[in-house]
Amino acid sequence: MSYHFNFDWVATYWPVFLSGIWMTIQLILVGGICGIALGIFCAWARTQGPRWLGWIVAIYVELIRNTPFLIQLFFIFFGLPAIGVHMNEVAAAMLAMVINLGAYSAEIIRAGIEATPKGQFEAGASLAMSPIQTFRHVVLVPALQKIWPALASQVVIVMLGSSVVSQIAVQDLTYAANFTQSRTFRAFEAYFASTLIYLGLAIVLRFALLRFGDMIFATRRRATR
Amino acid sequence: MTQFTLSAIVMALIHATGWTVVLSLVSFAGGGLLGLVLLFARIGKSRWLQILVKGYTELFQGTPLLMQLFLAFFGLGLFGIDVAPWVAATVALILWTAAFLAEIWRGCVTAIPKGQWEASASLGMTYFEQMRHVVLPQALKISIPPTVGFSVQVVKGTALTSIIGFVEVTKAGTILANATFQPFTVYGLVALIYFCLCFPLSYSAKVLERKMNVAHRH
Repeated sequence: MSYHFNFDWVATYWPVFLSGIWMTIQLILVGGICGIALGIFCAWARTQGPRWLGWIVAIYVELIRNTPFLIQLFFIFFGLPAIGVHMNEVAAAMLAMVINLGAYSAEIIRAGIEATPKGQFEAGASLAMSPIQTFRHVVLVPALQKIWPALASQVVIVMLGSSVVSQIAVQDLTYAANFTQSRTFRAFEAYFASTLIYLGLAIVLRFALLRFGDMIFATRRRATR
Repeated sequence: MTQFTLSAIVMALIHATGWTVVLSLVSFAGGGLLGLVLLFARIGKSRWLQILVKGYTELFQGTPLLMQLFLAFFGLGLFGIDVAPWVAATVALILWTAAFLAEIWRGCVTAIPKGQWEASASLGMTYFEQMRHVVLPQALKISIPPTVGFSVQVVKGTALTSIIGFVEVTKAGTILANATFQPFTVYGLVALIYFCLCFPLSYSAKVLERKMNVAHRH
């Protein structure tokens, strides 16, 4: 192998990578927070909500879980304008991520809710709480606590999956690699560098989410001890 | 300007779906074989092999599949191999699938109660015999639902190969959307095709899992 690795381009192109990383972080922040919120709502709809809403959510979840993220993204960005719904590429990417994570996290959170003992619901009712109050104060937090590691993994998967948003010209980390390789012809080095950055982001994000989980659920654990 | 009828679009997409199916099958079969090798290295006695496979799994699960495809596409070329998109796509998908399957199957092997190991050891079985007659048959049974479930991820993963230029159903969809100016219809149809491929798989995974749970309760 007579190939010589050349990383000289880093000196010129590091700002492109930096702004790419920042875009990827913004995407997962919005996608993660709104996606989990949507997931909580959908999990509620499937377990406690009215029957018709449960059915709509079930169809939504199955549609999203059985189609590739790339197609969901293309449908939102290229397909929806045809019926008059226009948005810029960043909004489309964020919407696709929220819809995608919403479906996956709905299933995960639902598992947590279904693992909640029936007595919890009855205890809430016996304190004259409305079903919504019981869900909000009694059921949801322990359910989230149970499935938090699985939810954290799913957020990391969505962050890694977000690399395809470069296909609709969102200037994320993958876009930075594409941009650099098209200018310098150092394709392998550029993709290698961005792969390592993604690995670092995945490790940091997982660690941060697990610590965050420890933090918000800590008071509860102390109270139950 | 050529007018595209709906049936022409559907026929072209179904034709390209064949390549999605072929690539999924090859990746799953190849990834399964490599995954089996990785599994034995991971649960074997050699510490070095364990660490090596753990690192491999972390690497492939912690980086985007798209990056792995790019690296295969541009990286294999460094070794003087002329890389067609289908070669890079197959190589990357096999490596990626293997990492996930090895990890799923490892979970199944470690789920076998310790008493099973001890019982078979007390019968004077060697490590190989324990694996062959006691542990693996039981692990195989519980591994079926998650393995079928993961096959959905493989089918969806093949969509990314369109980005390095492999013409499967997503790439065909992109070409058709550009040619027909009907992105809503075309991408809707592509999504429907993926749904028809994936839903039977994820549904049977769910049914298998439920059956397994019922069997456990006895």
